[in-house]
Amino acid sequence: MAQYTIRINGKEHQVDATPDMPLLWVLRDILGMRGTKFGCGKALCGACTVHFDGVATRSCSLPVSAVQSSEITTIEGLSENGDHPLQQAWTEHVVPQCGYCQTGQIMSAAALLRENPSPTDEEIDNAMQGNLCRCGTYNRIKAAIHTAADKK
Amino acid sequence: MKSITHPEKTKENTRIYKPGRRDFLKLGSLAATGLVLGVNFSCKDRKKGGEVTTFTANVYLSITSEGKVIITAHRSEMGQGVRTSLPMIVADELGADWEKVEIVQAQGDEEKYGNQNTDGSFSVRMFYKPMREAGATARLLLIRAATQQWGVPEGECSTDNGKVVHKTSGKELGFGELVEAAASLAVPEIEEVPLKDPSEFKMIGKGMPIVDLQDIVTGNAVYGMDAVVPDMKIAVIQRCPVVGGTVKSVNDEAALAVDGVLQVITLKGAGIPPQLNKPLSGVAVIAENTWAAIQGKKALDIEWDLGPNAGYDSEKQQQELLESTKNKGTVRRERGDFDQALRGASKTIERTYLAPYFAHGTIEPPNALARVQEGKCEIWAPTQHPQFARNSVAEALGMDVGNVAVNVTLIGGGFGRKSKPDFIVEAALLAQKSGHPVRVQWTREDDIQHDFYHALSAQRIKAVIDKDNKVAGWNHHTTFPSIGATSNAEAIQPSDGELGLGCVDFPYDVPDIRIETHDAKAHLRIGWLRSVSNIHHAFAIGGMLDEIAEARKMDPVANALDMLGADRNITFTEEMPGGKYENYGEPIENYSWETGRLRQVIERVAKNSGWGKEMPEGYALGFTAHRSFLTYVACVVEVAVDDKNRITIPNVYYSLDCGLAVNTDRIRSQFEGGSQFAASLALNSEITVKDGQVQQDNFDTYRIVRMPQSPQKIHVDIVESDAKPTGVGEPPVPPFIPALCNAVYKATGKRIYKLPIDLKA
Repeated sequence: MAQYTIRINGKEHQVDATPDMPLLWVLRDILGMRGTKFGCGKALCGACTVHFDGVATRSCSLPVSAVQSSEITTIEGLSENGDHPLQQAWTEHVVPQCGYCQTGQIMSAAALLRENPSPTDEEIDNAMQGNLCRCGTYNRIKAAIHTAADKK
Repeated sequence: MKSITHPEKTKENTRIYKPGRRDFLKLGSLAATGLVLGVNFSCKDRKKGGEVTTFTANVYLSITSEGKVIITAHRSEMGQGVRTSLPMIVADELGADWEKVEIVQAQGDEEKYGNQNTDGSFSVRMFYKPMREAGATARLLLIRAATQQWGVPEGECSTDNGKVVHKTSGKELGFGELVEAAASLAVPEIEEVPLKDPSEFKMIGKGMPIVDLQDIVTGNAVYGMDAVVPDMKIAVIQRCPVVGGTVKSVNDEAALAVDGVLQVITLKGAGIPPQLNKPLSGVAVIAENTWAAIQGKKALDIEWDLGPNAGYDSEKQQQELLESTKNKGTVRRERGDFDQALRGASKTIERTYLAPYFAHGTIEPPNALARVQEGKCEIWAPTQHPQFARNSVAEALGMDVGNVAVNVTLIGGGFGRKSKPDFIVEAALLAQKSGHPVRVQWTREDDIQHDFYHALSAQRIKAVIDKDNKVAGWNHHTTFPSIGATSNAEAIQPSDGELGLGCVDFPYDVPDIRIETHDAKAHLRIGWLRSVSNIHHAFAIGGMLDEIAEARKMDPVANALDMLGADRNITFTEEMPGGKYENYGEPIENYSWETGRLRQVIERVAKNSGWGKEMPEGYALGFTAHRSFLTYVACVVEVAVDDKNRITIPNVYYSLDCGLAVNTDRIRSQFEGGSQFAASLALNSEITVKDGQVQQDNFDTYRIVRMPQSPQKIHVDIVESDAKPTGVGEPPVPPFIPALCNAVYKATGKRIYKLPIDLKA
């Protein structure tokens, strides 16, 4: 067990964890921030996506010891009032079905739009292919990303 | 067993009443002030020795003095939108202000809510009428209360947006102002409660956003994995890799040395049959957090007795099953004389079809939280079937059912997996044994390797074309391990229920039909997955029809319409020796098998897809129609196959007839998602078994479609109908797969006889 100071959504947190504990479990089990989801544990499904210095990163495969002084953003910190353009677009298109993967989808999409404010279909496919949705909401996800891009 | 057979509720009358004091004690969070109505739609007045016992409500509808409308949702939400669609029906009939509707999730309680098993695509089908009647009763009471103040006839009043309105005088009163007076009135008999004319609906028949939307997009929605209680510990279990195996010995020294690991507990499995509601044999690691539990599991040193399934090989079994279809089987449907048809054949087509095991792969893996204290057990779980969970936990812990409470969270994907409460029983047992509240967390590897799988199958179809180019004979052999085998090792043939899923209900007007089954033993836990046996049956039948069309030199749509013959209603049972066509648990007289409705969706999808149009090189359309869960669906899939044999799906066209369409947006979303789900089954997914052990373990080896591979545009055409509403969760899956295969054939010249599609094979 070791002590780490990590910055999440602009706030510093002290956590006691083993060095190999993935950030996902630090968030969920230690800090009680449960918007970031567990899906596969091997960076294959994207449900646990957070921003690591602005880059979409699978928190299930990022050991807490590797976080160091980087800035982490989770779904809880994406917007102050749940009104990020993507959250609004997700609502407008009624994207979610079960909704479980959607926070990860939104975090991946937010990282994409920061890099590329008006992505093409193909660019969206490339950026989002790491995020699985078993309910099959891909079409609406794509439409919502375009809507959010248009509004930006 | 699979709830494709359902309790006969639809024939019974709804009863609506004011709950007594005893009920109020159970109401809990539902405010016991204002107007509260209990709605009973499933429990008959149970007569014991001539005495009628008190009946209880299935759903409570309550209106507070602030005008808030509170509706219990007694079905489980897993993405199909039921927490929105059923309350929406009540609210629309009531004339409520949707902004002031609050939805309270019900616990699992058979006595109170009737059957809550949320699968089989039947929530709206079963509860559409009772929900309307509940809303209409409350509306009538509120109107009565208003007319008593105003001295005007009831017929001149209506409700709108949470108010009672008197049109001619312009008077209006909010529901909240009327509840006290309404609560003192006698509840009218159902027969005297008028229902709205459908033209008056404001929400039913339109798309309504789901109620959990904002919580989902902000990460505040609570799934099973997000439920917590103080002092909760996490358990991760190493289950025996072979079904029916047991733990011989455990060395837990290294596991207990992992930082954060507290205890190691051995769980006993049911053996063979494995059962739907029992744990598999395994060893649980209880820890302070999930990571420690996962690390502890890896450190376990277990010696297994792998049991009788240790030599099982799925490929070998599938070949044996295929071989058996050459033999005479058990006849399950006989019409005319197929041998006679063979004798008059001008052409015979014989083809075989293989489909693998499929896993559910819900993105939220199974998990459940249990707390056992003072002789009671409380559960929080993403369960499709809270009552089965409750009863199973009570049995496992040796408790009265009344001492077990099951709280239903949102479900992060169900597809049938989370109807089985095995993982909930694990949590309950571990909470009892460890002395801590415990959440059992399945890893993805646990999920892919220890699922209740969709059965692997082998089929053989022989079709006979006579000298007049008519289809004269149809002989379908199907064999697959039955879901029944999971609870009964003697079940080695498909049940009537499973055959009713797209096999014996072959609707085409062929004079000589013989449908046969063969023995198939189960070596894994077999379960139901979105649309169940319809998946493999539609794959085979849809592919064969396309070949028949080709042999007859007919267009596939024209061929299907020709084979369907004149519009008629079919019953099937009289052609099933000793068997019964189960019709998804509904009496056939209530929900006929109407070929005219199938014909209509075929004609519509042909028109919408531009069927018959010229396609660019490498592009093609394929077609299949299929009725499942009482809903009629026709599907056209467009594929593009490039020179590297990569398949993309630019367009999917569905036409569907699900009777009255309640929440059109959620119907569309189910069809969009259903085609994506089916695309995974057709293109990527496969579970194989060697030495009794599943070979896949995560989303790299058990693949599901990702965005670049997913169907790009999905066009959903809903037939306008005032027929009784039917299911939409499962029906999009079956016809998609053969439609895709038929399109692939047209684009490449290669017929698909085995799933998943492999163009290199």
